[in-house]
Amino acid sequence: MAKETAKTHKEWEKPLLELEDTIAKLREAARREADPVKQANYIEKAETYQEQCNRYVKLMYSNLGDWEKVLVARAEKRPYTLDYIQSIFNGFIELQGDRNGFNDNAIVGGPAEFNGRPVIVLGHQKGRNIQDRQMRNFGMAKPEGYRKAIRLFEMAERFRMPVISFVDTPAADPGVESESRGISEAIAAAMLKMFQLTVPTISVIIGEGGSGGAIGIAVSNRVLMLEHAVYSVIPPEGCAAILWRAPERAPEAAEALQITAKSALSFGIIDEIVSEPEGAAHRDPAGASDLIKEAVVRHLDELLLLSPAELHADRHAKFRKLGKFAETF
Amino acid sequence: MNPSSEVPGLVSLIALRSPASGPDGAFLQCQNCKKIIFSVEFEQNLRVCPHCQHHHRLTAQIRIDWTFDEGSFVEHDTGLSSVDPLGFPDYGKKLEQLNAKGENHDSVLSGTATIEGLKVSAAVCDFAFIGGSMGSVAGEKITRALERGIELKCPVIIFCASGGARMQEGLLSLMQMAKTTGAVEKCRANGIPYIAVFTDPTMAGVLASYASVADVIIAEPKALVGFAGLRVSKQAGVGKVPDDFQTAEFVLKHGMIDRIVSRKELRATLAGLVRTLGGHLLHAEAEA
Repeated sequence: MAKETAKTHKEWEKPLLELEDTIAKLREAARREADPVKQANYIEKAETYQEQCNRYVKLMYSNLGDWEKVLVARAEKRPYTLDYIQSIFNGFIELQGDRNGFNDNAIVGGPAEFNGRPVIVLGHQKGRNIQDRQMRNFGMAKPEGYRKAIRLFEMAERFRMPVISFVDTPAADPGVESESRGISEAIAAAMLKMFQLTVPTISVIIGEGGSGGAIGIAVSNRVLMLEHAVYSVIPPEGCAAILWRAPERAPEAAEALQITAKSALSFGIIDEIVSEPEGAAHRDPAGASDLIKEAVVRHLDELLLLSPAELHADRHAKFRKLGKFAETF
Repeated sequence: MNPSSEVPGLVSLIALRSPASGPDGAFLQCQNCKKIIFSVEFEQNLRVCPHCQHHHRLTAQIRIDWTFDEGSFVEHDTGLSSVDPLGFPDYGKKLEQLNAKGENHDSVLSGTATIEGLKVSAAVCDFAFIGGSMGSVAGEKITRALERGIELKCPVIIFCASGGARMQEGLLSLMQMAKTTGAVEKCRANGIPYIAVFTDPTMAGVLASYASVADVIIAEPKALVGFAGLRVSKQAGVGKVPDDFQTAEFVLKHGMIDRIVSRKELRATLAGLVRTLGGHLLHAEAEA
């Protein structure tokens, strides 16, 4: 059922989607049926299929392989940054522009209330339909996106607001425009700015944590990761292209790169894995929102006990110790 | 000496041995213009082609010899070596092979030196070691070199030559981008000048971290400088690009670096920057 070689989440979930479609049709038929006997029959069938479907969901999502995680993390129906901002935050006011000639729709952010406290929230934003996707550049931020983020970080510092960032990008934009305007500098400068902050910062990897594009807004005191999100130094396709000159071997590359939340936790790169509802975040966005909120509240409460100097030092110490090597003296 | 046998960038450079050749017995062919260069002249010219001024790649050791005061470089962090944390295909084997060849400094040499008598902390990437890629060891050495600047109260000079983050160490390599940038932030907070030199090539995860946030950025002429490697760009569907795309000249034009400096001017330029930007450190030392 779950084929290793599926290229998209839709393709991978196809049997499930077909089943769900059948259930929906049966329920619709039941709704329209006047004869109570036939109606009961439809409902019974729908119930049986539903049970089967629930079993499938559990089976398919209980033991996802590395490539399957990539597909789930990239799923079109997966909640995006603005979905979580809407469900977890109150009174969000989007702020835009890099004050240097450009505005990037692939990173959104602004002030909002979180758990009764003013915060700055920001994150990568992907689109769902063709126009939206183009407008959001598939969640691939350009330099102006990171420069907008820097503006927001500075504002958070000025007004003593904690920062919460959502990470969900395949990669930073690699095009000519981005190179011309200094995408590398923008990412590095955003990381440097995050290191300078003396307010609490928390990042949540909600979908794709795509290399430099992701870390550019993820240098936080606490880094959380959704159970089925992925975090990687290079997209599996890019890795396969370099290693074997065969992008189609991306599933193998995904495995070699160890891009799951579990590996990230084992290397001390993230602080906590946030569980997803059964069948992943897209099957229960409200449930996923609650789980994220609970975790962020808990970590924020801990960070709020630290002084500004301690928050700054804590963030430095956290990243300073990352790496695995041997040393002889 | 025949540089083609030891310079990684010159592996394709053909040594034309002929009975009429000079005492070193070799003529070389420029990698760029393909014209013939007499090897002694090539060396005297700091491995810059006398015909087309193409700056051929240098090993880290030669870079050190030609930049800092003679014999002043003291290597630090020599005990660090890469491990294979992910069990990545062929990575462990590759490290073993490099180790067996005596290549045990990984992709960065770090230490202290003087330049025109002025103390500096230095790190030099070695492109010959897995494309100069930044894994845990490279990230640690760069970080320590920056921290050493703070500790010794002297400017930091880093020569970049890297294809980017080392994918064989996965996320741990990505984290080196943050770690090294964090060290730059500490240098800034402590008034330690940090000068980066982009040599061919300075790419991806290295460019998008410590390299791009230096106080002063110098590049060698025609050095490849860019965010996305060619194969990754292709994969991402990046279309037609300008002729000078991802070169030192391109990033200078777009305001991302301070100067392009030819190899023979480099030492004097660096010394001048160390003397001026690091002047306050010398005064503080004199007063102390």
